[in-house]
Formats: sequence, C-alpha cells, structure tokens
Amino acid sequence: MDLILQGIIKAFHLIVSFDPEVISITWLSLKISGTATLISLFVGVSVGVAVALNDFFGKRLVISIINTGMGLPPVVVGLFVTIMIWRSGPFGFLEILYTPYAMIIAQAVIATPIVMGISLAAIQNLPPNLRLQILSLGASRLQMVWVLVKESRLPLLAAVMAGFGGVISEIGASIMVGGNIKGYTRVLTTATVMETGKGNFDLAIALAIILLLLAFTINFLLTQIQQRQQSR
Amino acid sequence: MKIWSNIKRPFIFAAAFLFFISACDLNGSGQKNIILVTTTSTQDSGLLDVLIPLFEKNTGYFVKTIAVGSGQAMAMGQKGEADVMLVHSPEAEKKFVEEGYGVNRRLIMRNDFIIVGPADDSAKIKGVKSSAEALKKIAEACALFVSRGDYSGTHAKEKTLWKQAEINPDGQRWYQETGLGMGQTLNVVAEKKGYTLADRGTYLALKKTIPLEILVEGDAMLLNIYHVMEVNSKMWPKVNAAGARAFADFMVSKQAQEIIGKFGVDEFGSPLFFPNAGKKVEDLGK
Repeated sequence: MDLILQGIIKAFHLIVSFDPEVISITWLSLKISGTATLISLFVGVSVGVAVALNDFFGKRLVISIINTGMGLPPVVVGLFVTIMIWRSGPFGFLEILYTPYAMIIAQAVIATPIVMGISLAAIQNLPPNLRLQILSLGASRLQMVWVLVKESRLPLLAAVMAGFGGVISEIGASIMVGGNIKGYTRVLTTATVMETGKGNFDLAIALAIILLLLAFTINFLLTQIQQRQQSR
Repeated sequence: MKIWSNIKRPFIFAAAFLFFISACDLNGSGQKNIILVTTTSTQDSGLLDVLIPLFEKNTGYFVKTIAVGSGQAMAMGQKGEADVMLVHSPEAEKKFVEEGYGVNRRLIMRNDFIIVGPADDSAKIKGVKSSAEALKKIAEACALFVSRGDYSGTHAKEKTLWKQAEINPDGQRWYQETGLGMGQTLNVVAEKKGYTLADRGTYLALKKTIPLEILVEGDAMLLNIYHVMEVNSKMWPKVNAAGARAFADFMVSKQAQEIIGKFGVDEFGSPLFFPNAGKKVEDLGK
C-alpha cells in the first residue's frame, strides 16, 4: 500500500516538475505511436474500404485474414520485423534496427489490421442501397467512396482509438526492434519494464500512471470529436 | 471554399503526419552508430548510464545499448548484428574468440556472484564457504531455487556450480527458471522466498526493495569477470570496427576505469565493480 502511494506521489511529482527525462520519454511514445497510427489509418482505411466495396473471389478468406490480424501478437510482429531489418536480413541495408523508425514500422504493422478490420465492418454496415443512391445522384466512384467514409466516421474514429490504444500500450515489438535505448528508443512501456527490473517500483508506477493518463487524454479528445459529430 | 472543406481533413492528416515524421530525427549517419550488446547486470546496476554519455561526449559516437543475457549477446555478435560486446561469460567468450567471431578480448572489471535467499534460510546455507556445498544443501532441503534460465553469464556460472555439486537440477520440483534479467529474477525470488545466484552489483542496486540476504560469498568460484570484445569485422563487413575499437579502448582507459571503481560508493558504501583493465584473469581475487 505504501508503495502504491509512493508511486502516485512520485508520478504527480514527475509530472508537475516537468522532469526532462519523463517528458522526453512520453513525447517519444506519443510521436512513435501517433505516427504508426496515422500510417495504419491510411493503409487500413483504404484497404478496408476497397475490400468492403468490391466483390471478388476469396473475399471471405481475405476478411478472415484481416480479422485474424486484428489480434496479431506484438511479439510475433517484433520478431518478424527484426529478422527483416537486421544487418543480414533482406532490408538490412536500411540500417534502421534499434531506431524509432523500426518501432514505427512494427507498430504500424500491429495497428493496420485493427484499423482495417473495423473500417471494413463499418463500410459493410452501411445500408447497401446507399451506394446506389449516391451513384444515381450523379456522383463519381471516388466521390461515392468519400461519402461512404464520411458516413462511417464514427466507427472510423473508434478504429483510430483502438489502433492507437493497441500500439501505445504495446511492449513486445517495441523492445525487440527499438532496444530500449536511453533518449532514443526508450518509450513509456519499455521504461516501465526496465525500472521494474531495477527495483525502482515508484518510478515504474509513475511511468505507468503517465501512460494511462496519456491514453486517456487521447481517447477523451477523440471521443469528444466522435460524440460531437453524432449529436449534430 | 467547397473544395477546402472536402480536402480539409486529409490535409490536416497529412500535415500531422509530416510533423510526426520530421520530429523523429535520425541520429547521424551509420558510421557514427555503435551497437553495444551487454548484459542486463551492467544496465540494471546503472553503470552504463554513467559511462556511455561520457564516451559519447568524448568521441561523438552514438551508442545503441542493447541489454540482453550474455548468451543472446554472443548470438547477436556471432551474426554480426552487434559491433562491440561487454559480457561476463568467460568460457563462452573464449570459444567465441577461437571461432573467429570476436577479436581483442580485454579484461574490464570484476565483481562477484553471491547466493542470496530469504532471511529465515530454511536450507541453512548461511556462512557455508563453498558455493557447491551450499547448492547441495539447497537441493537436499528441496528449497526453492530460482534460475535465470536465459543462457546469461550468471546462468552459465550457475550451471557450472551445479555440475561441481554433482547435481542435475533440471526438472526438479524445487528448481524454477524465469528466463528474465537479473533484476526481475531477484524480484521473483524475493516474492517466492527462494534462493538464487546473483551478481553483487544488481543485488546491491535492488537491495532497498527486496528482503533477500547474502548467504554465501567469497568463494573463488564466485568471481564474476567482465570482458570487452569487438566483433570481427573481417567476418562481417557491416560491423563498425572503428567505433567498436573506440568503445573498447574507452572501457580500458584510465578515465573509465576510475569511474568504474568509484561507481556506487556514494550510494552503497562500496563499489559495485572493481576495475581490472590490464591485469590477468589468473591474478584476480588474490
């Protein structure tokens, strides 16, 4: 009980005193996971919409694969990304192992199927006649897609939240491809594990609380946007 | 205005994307990066947090420290995925150099291993002089022994000790493996009230939070020796040989050795590591 209290006090202290190390770790977490989420948003929504709107052979198989990907274990992604980008791997020439870029790639791979799966379901959930209606009003195919995406913006925002929540709290891939290098690839989750290993439980609790606050703040802001649009 | 409202959102996304990308700076070119693989004990004790910033300031290199068990560290070196290694698994290191993967193996520092356990000490090993004898007693009492189980230097040492005690602990009910680093393993041991082999540095660094006591120490078998090795760049052309050499040279330099000798004195009353650069392994502990 004492320890938890100490952790909370320490967290408060670290936040209000703008501890430079904690700030930089938090900022890095935000940058890496934010970028990864944005990438996954572009890829996920476009592929998700394309699959939802087109009928082709093997569509159910593709959807099953995407849905499986939504539960892709981060350590599996971490392992494969590591193998791809280490010096002797096929993408070794890029020399990006143990850099923030590698972490962005790994996290984007984790988040993309989540965004893809949710946006696919969102588009499929729209009334099928809506498409015909839009087209009959003289819209081009691209305009039709744009209207559909706009129509499903609520679940799409949920997809962003799910994707971001998945990668900001993820550790397996981050520690494998990032390496937890101080001031460079050390993010909130990897720092928490390391401080636990060092026996600095108060600092670990503090970092964990900051992580929770960060996730909450992002989701709160996104929810604000989502709900405001709904009530309109 | 109509067009703007249509492209507004993607535009904002693109702007944010560019912002995020630009905010991630590349730390120099490849030639300035060094990948150092080292053991969890040097990171968990905090020693590297003191040494590496100094090295970076002195030379302008950027060190990517990857803290893993000595076993994994050497596996990475073997594949040329690392440039320089700071490890403590002498037998495996010798083999590593003989097989041509590593060059320039140099002694850096030592501390010692200790056997730690709960204060009530159900296996009654406190004060036993020989570490193998102590392990025998633990086995006889069927007291819980927690192993790192991760092919780290500490794990290698532990296996040597079991061999000396002529006991095969694998699969025994009282023998558990964590597969974690030293710090985390000590936390597990403290929680389960078991025994384990630990390096003194990590134990001292964690002592304030874990109720474990040093039960066996001082045995010559328990010496813990750290060497620095450069990965052979003839075998792996991508290895940053110059950077590896610079780091190894720094570790044996007078400046680094002095810092190692003083590290931990303020906090723990005694140093966590003893600098030994330039000495012979055979002369240690005498």
